[in-house]
Amino acid sequence: MSADDLGQPVGRSLGQVHAAGYDEATRQRLATDAASILARYPKERSALLPLLHLVQSEDGYVSPRGIAFAAQMLGLTTAEVSAVATFYTQFKRHPNGTYTVGVCTTALCAIMGGDAIWEELTAHLGIDHDETTDDGVITLERVECNAACDYAPVVMVNWEFFDNQTPDSATALVDGLRAGKPAVPTRGAAAVVPFREMSRVLAGFPDGRADEGVGAGPATLVGLDAARRHGWTAPPFHAADAAADAPPTGSAPETGTPGSSAQRPVTTPSDSDPAVAKPPASKPETQQKGS
Amino acid sequence: MATTLTPVLSAHWDADHSWSLSSYEATGGYTALRKALTMAPADVVTTVKDSGLRGRGGAGFPTGMKWSFLSPPDGGPRYLVVNADESEPGTCKDVPLLLANPHALVEGMAITAFAIGCHHAFVYIRGEVLHATRRLQQAVAEAYAAGYLGSNVLGTGFDLELTVHVGAGAYICGEETALLDSLEGLRGQPRLKPPFPAAAGLYARPTTVNNVETIASVPGIVLGGASWFTSMGTERSAGHGLFSLSGHVARPGQYEAPLGITLRELLDMAGGIRPGHQLKFWTPGGSSTPLFTAEHLDVPLDYESVGKAGSMLGTRALQIFDDSVSVVRAVTRWLEFYKHESCGKCTPCREGTYWLVAVLKRLEAGQGAPGDIDLLLDVCSNILGRAFCALGDGATSPVTSAVKYFREEFEAGMHTPADVLFPPEKSSLFAYTPRRSAQLAGVH
Repeated sequence: MSADDLGQPVGRSLGQVHAAGYDEATRQRLATDAASILARYPKERSALLPLLHLVQSEDGYVSPRGIAFAAQMLGLTTAEVSAVATFYTQFKRHPNGTYTVGVCTTALCAIMGGDAIWEELTAHLGIDHDETTDDGVITLERVECNAACDYAPVVMVNWEFFDNQTPDSATALVDGLRAGKPAVPTRGAAAVVPFREMSRVLAGFPDGRADEGVGAGPATLVGLDAARRHGWTAPPFHAADAAADAPPTGSAPETGTPGSSAQRPVTTPSDSDPAVAKPPASKPETQQKGS
Repeated sequence: MATTLTPVLSAHWDADHSWSLSSYEATGGYTALRKALTMAPADVVTTVKDSGLRGRGGAGFPTGMKWSFLSPPDGGPRYLVVNADESEPGTCKDVPLLLANPHALVEGMAITAFAIGCHHAFVYIRGEVLHATRRLQQAVAEAYAAGYLGSNVLGTGFDLELTVHVGAGAYICGEETALLDSLEGLRGQPRLKPPFPAAAGLYARPTTVNNVETIASVPGIVLGGASWFTSMGTERSAGHGLFSLSGHVARPGQYEAPLGITLRELLDMAGGIRPGHQLKFWTPGGSSTPLFTAEHLDVPLDYESVGKAGSMLGTRALQIFDDSVSVVRAVTRWLEFYKHESCGKCTPCREGTYWLVAVLKRLEAGQGAPGDIDLLLDVCSNILGRAFCALGDGATSPVTSAVKYFREEFEAGMHTPADVLFPPEKSSLFAYTPRRSAQLAGVH
């Protein structure tokens, strides 16, 4: 898919009211989707963000006709819809490439290597932030912290995670995308879907790919692995009842009871000085840690 | 005795298809909901109050108290809105939770909704995490099909609709009133408070906005009881929490531990700072929390101790930077983030972050002017406490704390570029040759 065959409307020239709307069949289809979006909310205006994702799933960006469509669905003016659309970075004001490639350059990723990846990709692709390659395949973006700092440096392709990247891996990734090869995220679907298909999921229409990919990457599991290795666990749920009775004698304290490995040492004034740590009124004074 | 890890939310993240309903049920999933539905709603609130659970999204407000602040029932709707717009730099706990175990959130929401008398709950999930969205959508669909959501939940007569609402890329929507405006189909800008959401939130109705991890912690509290939860953590910072280590550590990732664990203990588990380097600075809870240094390795990571030491526990997003890193460079990147994400509603934040970036950039380039450090601090003092919401306050944290601990690096910015003092290729996790030599890189 390229920008050329996006089927986008002809731009508005001076004196025109609006670019062409959707043909009747398309409008009907979108209206059906819109109705199901509106049905999710007690008040219809809440449907605006998903409606704009829906527009992007049709046109590859928030098109003038899409704005008019959303306005019509919600009884708003096009100015009211535009005011919202322009606030959010995911709503694109010009046709997006098939894939948004985002390099995280917020502090942590930038320093771990994101800045170097960004330099490499801009030079390699010959485009800068929010620009699209001539073949319409890639829109390059500097993105902000994407909640995957433990996998830094991170690259996102259509908002799927590509963890622990390097300049070489990122270059190979974009070359593969431009060659039409499927891109496999580190933690995501079996392959990255195109921008419009992604937008449809964001509009609230699942694509059936939730079961693809891993549940967790290695960094997500690193604490759980350490706990398993050392035999560390949270207190069992029945510990609270058990502790109400006399603590077991002649053996190590049960996990979660006073003196067990799960009990924190006294480290802050509030741990030991009731004057510092005034418990909430609703909490019985007798209630102590591990009891 | 050293603190050890307490996997609760993360306990089954490595199970086969851990995100599926059958996997969740196989490890006791939804038994807490069944139990809660036999209780009086007020008793569920009391249990959570007694547990001492505090908001895991950063502010640390007591959760049960937040629920009890809701205006009394008047026959009209009351709403639960879960904030899954995880965007605070360094914070990376809710998204892995949603990928690996979205049902923990769905069950927590069903219990919470029952407790507060809500019949339509919402999750506002960040639009930039596609697969987490898929997993959450599927979990909600599965929960409807199994009778945990919808009309007459588990035959109890309790009705609950749950809507997954996807955002569109705006950090400010993590602020609870901006989130509500966004959910109402508006630009996501914070509201003037009061009224607080507990009185007039979504659609001007009583609303509680809670973080993903907070609500996902509720089923455990219902099952184990308040005393189970308070058996972990400290007196006033009870329970377990996800600690997210990132940056220059041997094994970055998610470590679920009792509140009050220290960075020294966590670093031991994470294999320490990368070989050949020393810890230089770190954030205890995301970029909006003032920086700590090696002198804070033994500060218990609970709300009180971190506050007393001059920062905030925030989201327990521990971003670790070693001695190869220019603090000026890090702070400049963070401020570029705040500048971009400032919603523009109030002048101190909109203009202040703009000027902070301008001054920081010239310091990073080694072209700072005399008086720039005082200028930075002056601008910060005109944002802090004067901005409409916490975004502006948070933006000043990295600047003022970095100047406090590393003033000499800012002074060096008046004559030497940061990338000469701290070559970026020495900080990166892979070897590479910068395309521009440091000496020529005066202007970035």
